[in-house]
Amino acid sequence: MSVYQFFVTHRAEILATTLEHLTLVMVAVVIAIAIALPLGILITQRTRLRGVALGIASVFQTIPSLALFGFLIPIPFIGGIGKRTAIVALVLYALLPILRNTYVGLTGIDPAVLEAAEAMGMTPRQVMWRVRLPLARTVILAGIRTATVITIGVATIAAAIGAGGLGTFIFRGVAMVSDAVILAGAVPAALLALLADGLLGMLERRWKVL
Amino acid sequence: MKALSTESSNASVEFREVAYHVPGMPRDAEQDTRALVCDISLKIDQGETIVLLGRSGSGKTTLLRLINRLLVPSAGEVLVNGRATDGWDIFALRRSIGYVIQEAGLFPHFTVAENIALVPSLEKWDATRIASRVRELLKLVGLDAGNFASRYPRQLSGGQRQRVGVARALAADPHILLMDEPFGALDPVTRADLQREFAAVAKRMGKTIVFVTHDLREALLLASRIVLLQAGKIVAHDTPQNFLQLPHVEVRAFVSSLNVGTLDAPVLNVAAGDPA
Repeated sequence: MSVYQFFVTHRAEILATTLEHLTLVMVAVVIAIAIALPLGILITQRTRLRGVALGIASVFQTIPSLALFGFLIPIPFIGGIGKRTAIVALVLYALLPILRNTYVGLTGIDPAVLEAAEAMGMTPRQVMWRVRLPLARTVILAGIRTATVITIGVATIAAAIGAGGLGTFIFRGVAMVSDAVILAGAVPAALLALLADGLLGMLERRWKVL
Repeated sequence: MKALSTESSNASVEFREVAYHVPGMPRDAEQDTRALVCDISLKIDQGETIVLLGRSGSGKTTLLRLINRLLVPSAGEVLVNGRATDGWDIFALRRSIGYVIQEAGLFPHFTVAENIALVPSLEKWDATRIASRVRELLKLVGLDAGNFASRYPRQLSGGQRQRVGVARALAADPHILLMDEPFGALDPVTRADLQREFAAVAKRMGKTIVFVTHDLREALLLASRIVLLQAGKIVAHDTPQNFLQLPHVEVRAFVSSLNVGTLDAPVLNVAAGDPA
Protein backbone atom coordinates (compact mmCIF):
# COMPACT_ATOMS: atom_id res chain seq x y z
CA MET A 1 0.00 0.00 0.00
CA SER A 2 1.44 3.35 -0.98
CA VAL A 3 1.84 6.16 1.52
CA TYR A 4 -0.70 8.23 -0.37
CA GLN A 5 -3.29 5.46 -0.27
CA PHE A 6 -2.73 5.00 3.46
CA PHE A 7 -3.32 8.72 4.08
CA VAL A 8 -6.52 8.66 2.03
CA THR A 9 -8.00 5.54 3.63
CA HIS A 10 -7.01 6.54 7.17
CA ARG A 11 -7.70 10.28 6.89
CA ALA A 12 -10.38 10.31 9.59
CA GLU A 13 -8.11 8.52 12.05
CA ILE A 14 -5.17 10.77 11.20
CA LEU A 15 -7.28 13.89 11.67
CA ALA A 16 -8.66 12.68 14.98
CA THR A 17 -5.17 11.85 16.22
CA THR A 18 -3.88 15.23 15.09
CA LEU A 19 -6.66 16.93 17.06
CA GLU A 20 -5.85 14.77 20.07
CA HIS A 21 -2.22 15.84 19.75
CA LEU A 22 -3.19 19.49 19.44
CA THR A 23 -5.42 19.28 22.49
CA LEU A 24 -2.60 17.75 24.52
CA VAL A 25 -0.29 20.59 23.44
CA MET A 26 -2.79 23.38 24.04
CA VAL A 27 -3.78 22.19 27.50
CA ALA A 28 -0.11 21.91 28.47
CA VAL A 29 0.86 25.32 27.05
CA VAL A 30 -2.11 27.11 28.65
CA ILE A 31 -1.25 25.62 32.05
CA ALA A 32 2.41 26.50 31.55
CA ILE A 33 1.48 30.12 30.73
CA ALA A 34 -0.81 30.26 33.78
CA ILE A 35 2.15 29.25 35.96
CA ALA A 36 5.13 30.88 34.25
CA LEU A 37 3.67 34.32 33.48
CA PRO A 38 2.68 35.26 37.05
CA LEU A 39 5.85 33.62 38.33
CA GLY A 40 7.90 35.64 35.83
CA ILE A 41 6.27 38.85 37.09
CA LEU A 42 6.89 37.81 40.70
CA ILE A 43 10.60 37.11 40.22
CA THR A 44 11.24 40.61 38.87
CA GLN A 45 10.63 41.72 42.46
CA ARG A 46 11.88 38.74 44.48
CA THR A 47 15.59 38.30 43.87
CA ARG A 48 15.91 35.19 46.01
CA LEU A 49 13.02 33.42 44.30
CA ARG A 50 14.44 34.34 40.88
CA GLY A 51 17.44 32.00 41.01
CA VAL A 52 15.41 29.15 42.48
CA ALA A 53 12.58 29.40 39.93
CA LEU A 54 14.82 29.76 36.89
CA GLY A 55 17.08 26.99 38.21
CA ILE A 56 14.28 24.49 38.73
CA ALA A 57 12.70 25.30 35.37
CA SER A 58 15.99 24.80 33.58
CA VAL A 59 16.56 21.46 35.35
CA PHE A 60 13.22 20.19 33.97
CA GLN A 61 14.20 21.44 30.54
CA THR A 62 17.52 19.61 30.72
CA ILE A 63 16.16 16.18 31.68
CA PRO A 64 15.66 14.08 28.53
CA SER A 65 11.95 14.01 27.75
CA LEU A 66 11.50 10.24 27.77
CA ALA A 67 13.33 10.08 31.11
CA LEU A 68 11.03 12.80 32.52
CA PHE A 69 7.98 10.73 31.52
CA GLY A 70 9.65 7.75 33.19
CA PHE A 71 10.26 9.68 36.43
CA LEU A 72 6.64 10.78 36.63
CA ILE A 73 5.01 7.37 36.16
CA PRO A 74 5.74 6.04 39.70
CA ILE A 75 4.65 9.29 41.42
CA PRO A 76 1.24 8.92 43.10
CA PHE A 77 -1.71 11.12 41.96
CA ILE A 78 0.08 12.87 39.08
CA GLY A 79 1.82 9.75 37.78
CA GLY A 80 0.71 6.56 36.13
CA ILE A 81 0.06 5.74 32.49
CA GLY A 82 -2.00 8.15 30.40
CA LYS A 83 -2.75 11.72 29.41
CA ARG A 84 -2.50 13.27 32.86
CA THR A 85 1.12 12.24 33.35
CA ALA A 86 1.94 13.40 29.85
CA ILE A 87 0.41 16.83 30.43
CA VAL A 88 2.36 17.27 33.67
CA ALA A 89 5.60 16.47 31.84
CA LEU A 90 4.76 18.76 28.93
CA VAL A 91 3.96 21.63 31.33
CA LEU A 92 7.28 21.16 33.12
CA TYR A 93 9.01 21.24 29.74
CA ALA A 94 7.24 24.38 28.57
CA LEU A 95 7.88 26.40 31.74
CA LEU A 96 11.44 27.57 31.12
CA PRO A 97 11.07 29.41 27.80
CA ILE A 98 8.00 31.29 29.03
CA LEU A 99 9.45 32.03 32.46
CA ARG A 100 12.79 33.17 31.10
CA ASN A 101 11.33 35.36 28.38
CA THR A 102 8.82 36.94 30.76
CA TYR A 103 11.64 37.83 33.12
CA VAL A 104 13.95 39.07 30.36
CA GLY A 105 11.16 41.05 28.69
CA LEU A 106 10.07 42.75 31.90
CA THR A 107 13.59 43.67 33.00
CA GLY A 108 15.02 44.62 29.59
CA ILE A 109 13.11 47.89 29.29
CA ASP A 110 14.86 51.22 28.63
CA PRO A 111 15.69 52.57 32.12
CA ALA A 112 14.78 56.11 31.01
CA VAL A 113 11.22 54.95 30.32
CA LEU A 114 10.93 53.30 33.73
CA GLU A 115 12.42 56.36 35.43
CA ALA A 116 9.90 58.59 33.68
CA ALA A 117 7.04 56.28 34.70
CA GLU A 118 8.12 56.34 38.34
CA ALA A 119 8.83 60.07 38.36
CA MET A 120 5.41 60.84 36.94
CA GLY A 121 3.73 59.19 39.89
CA MET A 122 2.74 55.78 38.57
CA THR A 123 2.27 53.17 41.27
CA PRO A 124 4.35 49.98 40.93
CA ARG A 125 1.20 48.18 39.80
CA GLN A 126 0.55 50.81 37.10
CA VAL A 127 4.16 50.60 35.96
CA MET A 128 3.75 46.83 35.61
CA TRP A 129 0.41 46.84 33.77
CA ARG A 130 0.73 49.98 31.68
CA VAL A 131 4.44 50.04 30.90
CA ARG A 132 6.38 46.85 31.60
CA LEU A 133 3.93 44.22 30.38
CA PRO A 134 2.93 46.04 27.16
CA LEU A 135 6.59 46.66 26.32
CA ALA A 136 7.57 43.06 27.15
CA ARG A 137 4.73 41.40 25.28
CA THR A 138 6.63 40.50 22.10
CA VAL A 139 9.45 38.94 24.11
CA ILE A 140 6.94 37.00 26.23
CA LEU A 141 5.12 35.86 23.10
CA ALA A 142 8.42 34.67 21.63
CA GLY A 143 8.82 32.50 24.73
CA ILE A 144 5.32 31.09 24.31
CA ARG A 145 6.14 30.36 20.68
CA THR A 146 9.30 28.45 21.60
CA ALA A 147 7.40 26.56 24.31
CA THR A 148 4.63 25.62 21.89
CA VAL A 149 7.00 24.29 19.25
CA ILE A 150 8.95 22.28 21.85
CA THR A 151 5.71 20.89 23.30
CA ILE A 152 4.45 19.74 19.88
CA GLY A 153 7.69 17.80 19.49
CA VAL A 154 7.85 16.33 22.98
CA ALA A 155 4.16 15.37 22.82
CA THR A 156 4.96 12.82 20.10
CA ILE A 157 7.02 10.94 22.69
CA ALA A 158 4.07 11.02 25.13
CA ALA A 159 2.54 8.17 23.11
CA ALA A 160 5.14 5.95 24.77
CA ILE A 161 3.31 6.31 28.09
CA GLY A 162 -0.13 5.87 26.60
CA ALA A 163 -1.11 9.52 26.17
CA GLY A 164 -2.16 9.15 22.53
CA GLY A 165 -1.38 11.77 19.93
CA LEU A 166 0.61 11.56 16.71
CA GLY A 167 3.43 9.62 18.38
CA THR A 168 1.08 6.64 18.37
CA PHE A 169 1.46 6.36 14.59
CA ILE A 170 5.21 6.80 14.73
CA PHE A 171 5.77 4.13 17.39
CA ARG A 172 3.33 1.76 15.69
CA GLY A 173 4.97 2.37 12.30
CA VAL A 174 8.41 1.62 13.70
CA ALA A 175 7.12 -1.64 15.20
CA MET A 176 5.39 -2.59 11.94
CA VAL A 177 8.33 -1.43 9.80
CA SER A 178 5.84 0.64 7.79
CA ASP A 179 6.92 3.96 6.30
CA ALA A 180 3.30 4.88 5.63
CA VAL A 181 2.27 4.51 9.28
CA ILE A 182 5.37 6.38 10.51
CA LEU A 183 4.69 9.25 8.12
CA ALA A 184 1.02 9.39 9.16
CA GLY A 185 2.38 10.57 12.53
CA ALA A 186 5.50 12.40 11.44
CA VAL A 187 4.06 14.58 8.67
CA PRO A 188 1.16 16.07 10.66
CA ALA A 189 3.45 16.60 13.67
CA ALA A 190 5.96 18.48 11.54
CA LEU A 191 3.20 20.53 9.89
CA LEU A 192 1.68 21.40 13.29
CA ALA A 193 5.03 22.65 14.54
CA LEU A 194 5.67 24.75 11.43
CA LEU A 195 2.14 26.14 11.48
CA ALA A 196 2.28 27.07 15.16
CA ASP A 197 5.67 28.70 14.66
CA GLY A 198 4.41 30.68 11.67
CA LEU A 199 1.18 31.87 13.27
CA LEU A 200 2.74 32.92 16.56
CA GLY A 201 5.59 34.55 14.64
CA MET A 202 3.05 36.58 12.70
CA LEU A 203 1.34 37.69 15.91
CA GLU A 204 4.72 38.63 17.34
CA ARG A 205 5.52 40.89 14.39
CA ARG A 206 2.11 42.53 14.62
CA TRP A 207 2.63 43.22 18.34
CA LYS A 208 6.05 44.69 17.88
CA VAL A 209 6.28 48.14 19.44
CA LEU A 210 9.74 49.44 18.84
CA MET B 1 5.23 86.45 54.15
CA LYS B 2 8.95 85.97 54.52
CA ALA B 3 8.91 87.17 58.12
CA LEU B 4 6.80 84.16 59.07
CA SER B 5 9.16 81.61 57.66
CA THR B 6 11.35 80.64 60.56
CA GLU B 7 10.42 77.00 60.96
CA SER B 8 7.79 76.30 58.33
CA SER B 9 8.90 77.26 54.86
CA ASN B 10 7.15 79.30 52.20
CA ALA B 11 9.68 78.27 49.61
CA SER B 12 8.55 76.20 46.68
CA VAL B 13 11.44 73.81 47.25
CA GLU B 14 13.82 73.86 50.17
CA PHE B 15 16.83 71.71 51.03
CA ARG B 16 17.75 71.71 54.73
CA GLU B 17 21.25 70.37 55.41
CA VAL B 18 20.62 67.50 53.06
CA ALA B 19 23.02 64.66 52.45
CA TYR B 20 22.55 61.59 50.33
CA HIS B 21 24.59 58.40 50.54
CA VAL B 22 23.93 55.35 48.46
CA PRO B 23 22.05 53.05 50.86
CA GLY B 24 24.13 50.16 52.12
CA MET B 25 27.40 51.95 51.45
CA PRO B 26 29.67 52.47 54.47
CA ARG B 27 29.35 55.92 56.01
CA ASP B 28 32.46 56.22 58.17
CA ALA B 29 34.59 59.35 57.95
CA GLU B 30 37.28 57.69 55.86
CA GLN B 31 34.73 56.86 53.22
CA ASP B 32 33.06 60.24 53.11
CA THR B 33 33.55 60.36 49.36
CA ARG B 34 30.68 57.85 49.22
CA ALA B 35 28.30 60.73 49.88
CA LEU B 36 26.88 61.77 46.53
CA VAL B 37 25.80 65.10 47.98
CA CYS B 38 26.24 66.65 51.42
CA ASP B 39 25.71 69.92 53.32
CA ILE B 40 23.08 71.06 50.87
CA SER B 41 20.94 73.97 52.03
CA LEU B 42 19.03 75.81 49.34
CA LYS B 43 15.77 77.72 49.10
CA ILE B 44 13.93 78.04 45.82
CA ASP B 45 11.00 80.43 45.59
CA GLN B 46 7.90 79.96 43.46
CA GLY B 47 8.49 81.12 39.89
CA GLU B 48 12.29 80.98 40.00
CA THR B 49 14.39 79.13 37.47
CA ILE B 50 17.30 77.58 39.32
CA VAL B 51 20.00 76.00 37.22
CA LEU B 52 22.10 73.32 38.90
CA LEU B 53 25.41 73.46 37.09
CA GLY B 54 28.28 71.04 37.43
CA ARG B 55 30.39 68.40 35.79
CA SER B 56 29.33 64.80 35.40
CA GLY B 57 29.19 63.19 38.83
CA SER B 58 28.98 66.49 40.73
CA GLY B 59 25.64 65.51 42.27
CA LYS B 60 23.27 67.76 40.31
CA THR B 61 20.99 64.94 39.14
CA THR B 62 21.00 63.53 42.67
CA LEU B 63 19.65 66.85 43.98
CA LEU B 64 16.92 66.84 41.36
CA ARG B 65 15.88 63.31 42.25
CA LEU B 66 15.70 64.17 45.93
CA ILE B 67 12.97 66.71 45.14
CA ASN B 68 10.44 64.20 43.80
CA ARG B 69 11.64 61.51 46.18
CA LEU B 70 13.09 59.22 43.55
CA LEU B 71 15.84 59.35 46.17
CA VAL B 72 15.35 59.67 49.92
CA PRO B 73 17.76 61.96 51.83
CA SER B 74 20.16 60.18 54.18
CA ALA B 75 20.29 63.29 56.38
CA GLY B 76 18.37 66.54 56.56
CA GLU B 77 15.10 67.08 54.75
CA VAL B 78 13.72 68.30 51.47
CA LEU B 79 10.56 70.39 51.60
CA VAL B 80 8.14 70.90 48.74
CA ASN B 81 5.57 73.66 49.23
CA GLY B 82 6.59 73.80 52.88
CA ARG B 83 6.09 70.10 53.57
CA ALA B 84 8.85 67.51 53.92
CA THR B 85 8.76 65.07 51.02
CA ASP B 86 8.34 62.11 53.38
CA GLY B 87 5.14 63.73 54.68
CA TRP B 88 3.60 63.66 51.20
CA ASP B 89 1.73 60.83 49.56
CA ILE B 90 4.55 59.86 47.24
CA PHE B 91 2.37 59.45 44.13
CA ALA B 92 0.54 62.74 44.73
CA LEU B 93 3.91 64.45 45.21
CA ARG B 94 5.27 63.13 41.93
CA ARG B 95 2.12 63.88 39.97
CA SER B 96 2.30 67.48 41.16
CA ILE B 97 5.88 67.86 39.87
CA GLY B 98 6.72 67.85 36.16
CA TYR B 99 9.77 65.84 35.13
CA VAL B 100 11.74 66.01 31.89
CA ILE B 101 14.84 63.93 31.18
CA GLN B 102 17.42 63.63 28.46
CA GLU B 103 16.14 61.58 25.49
CA ALA B 104 12.67 62.40 26.87
CA GLY B 105 11.95 58.87 28.18
CA LEU B 106 8.69 58.81 26.23
CA PHE B 107 6.63 55.63 26.40
CA PRO B 108 7.31 53.93 23.05
CA HIS B 109 3.97 52.08 23.03
CA PHE B 110 1.94 55.27 23.59
CA THR B 111 1.11 57.85 20.95
CA VAL B 112 2.21 61.44 21.47
CA ALA B 113 -1.28 62.27 22.77
CA GLU B 114 -1.27 59.30 25.17
CA ASN B 115 2.18 60.24 26.42
CA ILE B 116 1.10 63.79 27.18
CA ALA B 117 -2.14 62.57 28.75
CA LEU B 118 -0.41 60.26 31.19
CA VAL B 119 -0.61 62.23 34.43
CA PRO B 120 -4.09 63.62 33.71
CA SER B 121 -5.28 60.07 33.07
CA LEU B 122 -3.66 58.86 36.32
CA GLU B 123 -5.53 61.72 37.98
CA LYS B 124 -8.72 60.50 36.26
CA TRP B 125 -9.57 63.62 34.28
CA ASP B 126 -12.47 63.10 31.88
CA ALA B 127 -11.69 62.39 28.23
CA THR B 128 -12.78 65.73 26.74
CA ARG B 129 -10.76 67.70 29.28
CA ILE B 130 -7.70 65.55 28.53
CA ALA B 131 -8.14 65.95 24.76
CA SER B 132 -8.35 69.72 24.93
CA ARG B 133 -5.39 69.88 27.33
CA VAL B 134 -3.31 67.76 24.92
CA ARG B 135 -4.12 70.11 22.01
CA GLU B 136 -3.30 73.15 24.12
CA LEU B 137 0.08 71.70 25.17
CA LEU B 138 1.07 70.60 21.68
CA LYS B 139 0.44 74.17 20.56
CA LEU B 140 2.48 75.51 23.47
CA VAL B 141 5.51 73.41 22.50
CA GLY B 142 5.12 74.29 18.83
CA LEU B 143 3.78 71.04 17.40
CA ASP B 144 0.71 70.81 15.18
CA ALA B 145 -1.87 68.67 17.00
CA GLY B 146 -3.50 67.34 13.81
CA ASN B 147 -0.15 66.17 12.53
CA PHE B 148 1.50 64.85 15.69
CA ALA B 149 -1.10 63.69 18.23
CA SER B 150 -1.47 60.16 16.90
CA ARG B 151 2.19 59.54 16.02
CA TYR B 152 4.45 57.25 18.02
CA PRO B 153 7.71 58.52 19.58
CA ARG B 154 9.81 56.52 17.10
CA GLN B 155 8.22 58.56 14.29
CA LEU B 156 9.57 61.84 15.72
CA SER B 157 12.92 63.59 15.48
CA GLY B 158 14.98 64.09 18.64
CA GLY B 159 13.86 67.70 18.96
CA GLN B 160 10.21 66.79 18.51
CA ARG B 161 10.49 64.05 21.14
CA GLN B 162 11.94 66.54 23.57
CA ARG B 163 9.09 68.97 22.89
CA VAL B 164 6.63 66.17 23.67
CA GLY B 165 8.61 65.42 26.84
CA VAL B 166 8.14 69.03 27.96
CA ALA B 167 4.44 68.95 27.08
CA ARG B 168 4.00 65.72 29.07
CA ALA B 169 5.68 67.23 32.11
CA LEU B 170 3.37 70.26 31.97
CA ALA B 171 0.19 68.25 31.42
CA ALA B 172 -1.34 68.42 34.89
CA ASP B 173 -0.19 72.02 35.36
CA PRO B 174 2.42 71.32 38.06
CA HIS B 175 3.84 74.18 40.14
CA ILE B 176 7.31 72.71 39.89
CA LEU B 177 9.18 71.49 36.84
CA LEU B 178 12.32 69.36 37.14
CA MET B 179 14.49 69.12 34.06
CA ASP B 180 17.55 66.89 33.80
CA GLU B 181 19.67 67.96 30.81
CA PRO B 182 16.53 67.97 28.67
CA PHE B 183 18.30 69.34 25.61
CA GLY B 184 21.61 67.51 26.13
CA ALA B 185 21.20 64.90 23.41
CA LEU B 186 20.14 67.28 20.64
CA ASP B 187 22.22 68.65 17.81
CA PRO B 188 23.51 72.20 18.48
CA VAL B 189 21.07 73.97 16.15
CA THR B 190 17.97 72.20 17.45
CA ARG B 191 19.24 72.67 20.99
CA ALA B 192 19.59 76.43 20.52
CA ASP B 193 16.05 76.62 19.10
CA LEU B 194 14.55 74.70 21.99
CA GLN B 195 16.52 76.65 24.59
CA ARG B 196 15.31 79.95 23.17
CA GLU B 197 11.69 78.84 22.92
CA PHE B 198 11.76 77.26 26.34
CA ALA B 199 13.25 80.39 27.92
CA ALA B 200 10.31 82.39 26.53
CA VAL B 201 7.71 79.84 27.68
CA ALA B 202 9.31 79.53 31.13
CA LYS B 203 9.07 83.32 31.66
CA ARG B 204 5.34 83.26 30.87
CA MET B 205 4.48 80.23 33.00
CA GLY B 206 5.56 81.42 36.44
CA LYS B 207 6.55 77.89 37.46
CA THR B 208 9.38 76.92 39.71
CA ILE B 209 11.93 75.30 37.46
CA VAL B 210 14.93 73.32 38.62
CA PHE B 211 17.14 72.72 35.61
CA VAL B 212 20.22 70.49 35.53
CA THR B 213 22.93 71.11 32.96
CA HIS B 214 26.67 71.04 32.43
CA ASP B 215 26.43 73.80 29.86
CA LEU B 216 27.15 77.26 31.28
CA ARG B 217 25.78 78.92 28.15
CA GLU B 218 22.42 77.21 28.74
CA ALA B 219 22.55 78.16 32.42
CA LEU B 220 23.12 81.84 31.57
CA LEU B 221 20.22 81.83 29.13
CA LEU B 222 17.65 80.25 31.44
CA ALA B 223 18.61 80.84 35.05
CA SER B 224 17.38 83.39 37.54
CA ARG B 225 20.04 81.88 39.82
CA ILE B 226 22.89 79.50 39.09
CA VAL B 227 23.96 76.95 41.69
CA LEU B 228 27.34 75.39 40.97
CA LEU B 229 28.06 71.94 42.38
CA GLN B 230 31.40 70.26 42.76
CA ALA B 231 31.90 66.83 44.34
CA GLY B 232 28.44 66.90 45.91
CA LYS B 233 28.69 70.35 47.49
CA ILE B 234 27.43 73.78 46.51
CA VAL B 235 30.54 75.84 45.74
CA ALA B 236 28.94 78.90 44.16
CA HIS B 237 25.48 80.37 44.06
CA ASP B 238 24.53 83.63 42.37
CA THR B 239 22.59 85.42 39.64
CA PRO B 240 23.91 84.86 36.10
CA GLN B 241 25.40 88.40 35.94
CA ASN B 242 27.32 88.03 39.21
CA PHE B 243 28.17 84.39 38.63
CA LEU B 244 30.57 85.21 35.81
CA GLN B 245 32.62 87.40 38.16
CA LEU B 246 32.99 84.90 41.02
CA PRO B 247 36.60 83.98 41.84
CA HIS B 248 36.05 80.29 42.75
CA VAL B 249 38.32 78.05 40.70
CA GLU B 250 35.44 75.84 39.51
CA VAL B 251 33.52 78.92 38.36
CA ARG B 252 36.60 80.05 36.44
CA ALA B 253 36.87 76.59 34.88
CA PHE B 254 33.31 76.84 33.62
CA VAL B 255 33.69 80.44 32.46
CA SER B 256 36.81 79.64 30.50
CA SER B 257 34.98 76.70 28.97
CA LEU B 258 32.70 79.20 27.25
CA ASN B 259 35.59 79.85 24.90
CA VAL B 260 36.55 76.18 24.60
CA GLY B 261 33.17 74.87 23.66
CA THR B 262 32.25 71.59 25.30
CA LEU B 263 32.44 70.82 28.99
CA ASP B 264 33.25 67.51 30.61
CA ALA B 265 36.36 67.87 28.45
CA PRO B 266 39.51 68.50 30.47
CA VAL B 267 39.06 72.24 30.99
CA LEU B 268 41.22 72.33 34.13
CA ASN B 269 44.42 72.96 32.24
CA VAL B 270 42.85 75.89 30.47
CA ALA B 271 41.51 77.26 33.75
CA ALA B 272 44.90 77.07 35.43
CA GLY B 273 46.39 79.40 32.88
CA ASP B 274 43.40 81.72 32.70
CA PRO B 275 44.32 85.22 33.92
CA ALA B 276 40.65 86.18 34.41
